[in-house]
Amino acid sequence: MKKQPASESLPKQSFLKYFKQHKGLYLMLLPGFIYFIIFKYVPMFGIVMAFQQFSPYQGFFKSPFVGFYHFRNLFLSPDFMRLLINTLMLSFLSLIFYFPAPIILALFLNEIRCQTYKRVTQTLLYIPHFISFVIVASLTYTLLNINDGIVNQAIKMITGNTVDFLGSPDYFRGLIIGQSIWKETGYGTIIFLAALAGVDMELYEAARIDGASRWRLMWHITLPAIKGVIIILLILRVGAVLNTGYEQIFLMQNSLNISKSEVFDTYVYTRGIKQGQYSYATAVGLFKSVVGMILVLAANWTAKKAGESGIY
Amino acid sequence: MAKSKRIKEGIGYDIVQVLIYIFVGLFALLTVLPFLYIIAGSFATEKELTERSFFIIPTEFSINAYKYIISTGEIFRGLKNSVYLTIVGTFVQMVFTTTFAYPLSKSDFRGRNFVLNMVIVTMVFGGGMIPSYLLIKGLGLTDKFAALIIPGAIGAFNMVIVKNFFQDIPKELDEAAKLDGCSDFNIFLKIFLPLSKPVLASISLFYAVGHWNDYFGAMIYLTDPKKEVVQVALRRIVLLAAGIQADGTMLDYGIMGVPPDKAVKMAATVVATVPILLVYPFIQKYFTKGVMIGAVKG
Repeated sequence: MKKQPASESLPKQSFLKYFKQHKGLYLMLLPGFIYFIIFKYVPMFGIVMAFQQFSPYQGFFKSPFVGFYHFRNLFLSPDFMRLLINTLMLSFLSLIFYFPAPIILALFLNEIRCQTYKRVTQTLLYIPHFISFVIVASLTYTLLNINDGIVNQAIKMITGNTVDFLGSPDYFRGLIIGQSIWKETGYGTIIFLAALAGVDMELYEAARIDGASRWRLMWHITLPAIKGVIIILLILRVGAVLNTGYEQIFLMQNSLNISKSEVFDTYVYTRGIKQGQYSYATAVGLFKSVVGMILVLAANWTAKKAGESGIY
Repeated sequence: MAKSKRIKEGIGYDIVQVLIYIFVGLFALLTVLPFLYIIAGSFATEKELTERSFFIIPTEFSINAYKYIISTGEIFRGLKNSVYLTIVGTFVQMVFTTTFAYPLSKSDFRGRNFVLNMVIVTMVFGGGMIPSYLLIKGLGLTDKFAALIIPGAIGAFNMVIVKNFFQDIPKELDEAAKLDGCSDFNIFLKIFLPLSKPVLASISLFYAVGHWNDYFGAMIYLTDPKKEVVQVALRRIVLLAAGIQADGTMLDYGIMGVPPDKAVKMAATVVATVPILLVYPFIQKYFTKGVMIGAVKG
């Protein structure tokens, strides 16, 4: 028999008695509990729709089942490869360019000794995080549009030509990554700076006395201090490889750049909500969440195997 | 010899230091320049906007763009709706989040693990956009602000942060109050909530900024023009007038009339941005703190 800690070695109260004593607590839990059931678990069972030919008139219980029909349609459709490439390219580019940006900036901020300068720049750098994507898109439009955007005016002055940043598919990925870097790099440094705040300054001093250069300090003290955070963020990032987000992409999407800008998230919206192909769109969404879940668990498992603490 | 080498290293160190200061400064400048430009542009005349390429201070000061915006009233209606949505939405979310987190913060609460696991599952897996959309529609929430409030009443991650904070408040306070005959709800209201002010401030700001900035939800669920929120109004004024419609097709100016001029778009952007920038200095501290609490505990 398992040995129990002293506090639990008393005969366990019956649940009913405990419940009566703590009615207040259960009452407080109730609204949130109902919320999770209705708004999180009911939609989970709504996934059944992906295997039905759902029609709003027949409803959830009477719509006929069609098995994997919608999945077959998705994988055989010419859209699939295009969606996959667009989505993966955006994630891949963001992993290469956007993911390291806050780390680099945090390392730089960490080197700044003048506290006033640090505080002022940080205050400015965090601002864009609070701005909505609509405003980001508006700014992008104002600065880059081909008619009177200031960047295009400058390009015209220098080269005599204009560049259609907003209407050409070739610039779409760059625009999205650029917006993300502009918006989130500053704010993204907070988590790394928080991890760095915990580093004992004596470590640096001791290493410096031993003649370690700036790069060696960074490599042997600073980077190890934020390694754990980087790995956790990387796991989350890998799990979200098919989640490009709707809002940002949707706002930058137009009929001219659709060949590069249509990703799974926007596709679910267009097919499901706009065109009413509920079952098909649910199937696309399900494919996306299942892949995402497998990737997170795999990344987490890999990190743990490598001796790092994962997230679960 | 040794001495001169050290000085040489010192100079290299200083050069790198200067470069770091410049890089960080430039990045910071890059984040604010677009704002300065649109603020300046919104006060400029159309003539200056087409003739001069970049400026921070317009030579001719004009408030015509703002007059135009006030006369149409669209963006102000959006502001009003967004303020309402943000206040009510944040309040509802805080009530749901804190009352749910409180029982879960008690280590001996029966059923705690079951409920926590139930929450964690939703963080890894969800039904996706379409089932939620049909549910919200089926509940008759379309065209009601509730469609943007109730379905997001508890952010799982925020709830966990609050729960962890409650957990760190000494148990003795709870026990002493109970001996004095205080009910669970009163202990929560009179002891735990006041002691958790910093984390509650952070979380409510996360929620509030989320509501204020939400575009997608409002676009899907609120079709009544009277309920248009500021982000949707701004998108309509700046981007739709640019010839790009919500569904990605080009807009026909013939029907829509003349698109608003550049200064008006800039002024609309400024009006939608200013509320956030005004509160930013006050909320920055709590945001940073919130991220840190989340980072340390999460």
